[in-house]
Amino acid sequence: MKELRRKIHIRREQLVSIMMLWPSILGVLLFFLLPFAVVCYYSMIDSPLRQNFVFLENYIQIIQNSSFLLAAKNTAMFSALAVPLAVVLALGLALLLESRIPGKSQFRTFFLSPMMVPVASVVLVWQVLFHVNGAANQILTFFGSSGIDWLKSDQAQIVVILLFLWKNLGYNMILFMASLSNIPQDLLEVADIEGASPWYKFTRIKLRYLSPTILFVTILSLINSFKVFREIYLLTGSYPYESLYTLQHFMNNTFHALNYQKLSAAAVLMAIVMVAIIAILFFVEDRFGKDVE
Amino acid sequence: MKMQCEKAHVKNKKKERIFCRSVLFLLAAGFAILFLLPTILTFTNSFMSQTELSSNYGVIFDSLKDSTKYVSEQVNLKFIPDMVTFKQYFTVLLASPEYLLKFWNSVILVVPIVLGQVGIATLAAYSLMRYTSRFRKLIFFVYVILMLMPYQVMLVPNYLVAQWLGILNTRWAVLFPGFFAPFSVFLLTKFMKRIPSSLIEAAFMDGATEWQVFTRVCLPQCRSAIYSIAILVFIDYWNMVEQPLILLADATKQPLSVYLSTINSGEVGVAFAVATIYMIPPLLLFLHGESYLVEGITHSGSVKG
Repeated sequence: MKELRRKIHIRREQLVSIMMLWPSILGVLLFFLLPFAVVCYYSMIDSPLRQNFVFLENYIQIIQNSSFLLAAKNTAMFSALAVPLAVVLALGLALLLESRIPGKSQFRTFFLSPMMVPVASVVLVWQVLFHVNGAANQILTFFGSSGIDWLKSDQAQIVVILLFLWKNLGYNMILFMASLSNIPQDLLEVADIEGASPWYKFTRIKLRYLSPTILFVTILSLINSFKVFREIYLLTGSYPYESLYTLQHFMNNTFHALNYQKLSAAAVLMAIVMVAIIAILFFVEDRFGKDVE
Repeated sequence: MKMQCEKAHVKNKKKERIFCRSVLFLLAAGFAILFLLPTILTFTNSFMSQTELSSNYGVIFDSLKDSTKYVSEQVNLKFIPDMVTFKQYFTVLLASPEYLLKFWNSVILVVPIVLGQVGIATLAAYSLMRYTSRFRKLIFFVYVILMLMPYQVMLVPNYLVAQWLGILNTRWAVLFPGFFAPFSVFLLTKFMKRIPSSLIEAAFMDGATEWQVFTRVCLPQCRSAIYSIAILVFIDYWNMVEQPLILLADATKQPLSVYLSTINSGEVGVAFAVATIYMIPPLLLFLHGESYLVEGITHSGSVKG
């Protein structure tokens, strides 16, 4: 009898904790998962009104669409350049601040400050810097080379990469700093006593311990590299120079053309690619970082 | 003799270290200036008069129609205004109420989202922390995947739900997805897993109920975590552009973050002033809670639980 009462008691307590989870689950189901399922369905019909099942036809059309291909290529190019830079430079900044220079916490604040700046005012400043008669070109002409119309040239991606790095390095740097301070000190001391070179210490000890953080920063930068479309869009509008035409533009323009099935197919494709990339990164980290744990 | 030599050697080494450190310091300082430059430029230029601004940046922002004004061919990057003026601030704060209205729009979108998201997430995270069944592991996994999805993927789903519920073009269309965004759940669960399980077990031994453990043990333990997550969520939504653009077509309801980008180019001064004002709330939060913020970022540092 007592046993039964105890069981009922435990049940009730578990019920409370399950109840606490439900608001979140219901919300996520209603606002993210179910609509995403519908989007998957939309991606396989000919139009939301007629609803004829066409299976992969939308996908095939998308893959053959030249503006989608251009957008995908530009996006891939941008991420492939910006993400490694964001990881390496943030690690560099973290190592710099960990090298016992004075004013460490002030520097940390300075590097984090771009997080506060509203997107639109960043865009304003970037226009001042990278206009054809802008400040960047004046510096270039001062050194004797001719100016470039940054936003309307093949160098346009450089401008956006700078913007991306400026915004995201601080956050990544904090992550690296935390993980650097978690490296067991005695290990580094032993290495010192054994006469290990700084380079050896860095590659054989620090990098090993940093590998989970490197993975995370890579994933995070990848996601943020998709967010930078916001700035590109505000900088250049719906139809920018060719090298800046990204998936966001494609999605936005398709959205305004009310072409849901095409848009859905693009969204599903993007989700699949993201999941695939993340899975690969996890797999690599699993292989590489195992011996540390 | 030998001693002297050693001393000189130590001295040399010390000199070398000082040299090394000052080089590193200068490097860091150089980066810091680059990082601060755009912010400082926005701030100081908000005190320049419109004439000064258009003589500096006229080529970029002024349309060609107005040829009476003096407009320089080149952009002059200027940090210190010739004459400090508060006219822009007067315009923004007193003369035209539209800016204050948009600012208020931002507040009534962002504050409920922060409170709602953190509240719902605290409940869910506690539950996910307490029991780890296979079902809950799956939920956590799904949340992580959702968190990592770029917004472009969720754009259509968000739009569709808003349409079905008939809340498209109302604030609820932005608010609801904000309430249930999985980011806070993910981060809080990770924080809560650090609470020593002995603490929770002891409370149960003393006959506390689940709810009591939640309010009396768990919440006080992760107060700083909740604060740091609230700051991160606030900064994220304070700068949102895509969601209101798509879900809130009605311009009078859009937040200042969207409106800021549409201030037309003839009013650069106003744009700088609005940007400066818009920076104030996150800046205050940042200065007040930087250590919390850093802690929050630090704990977001690995995807695995």
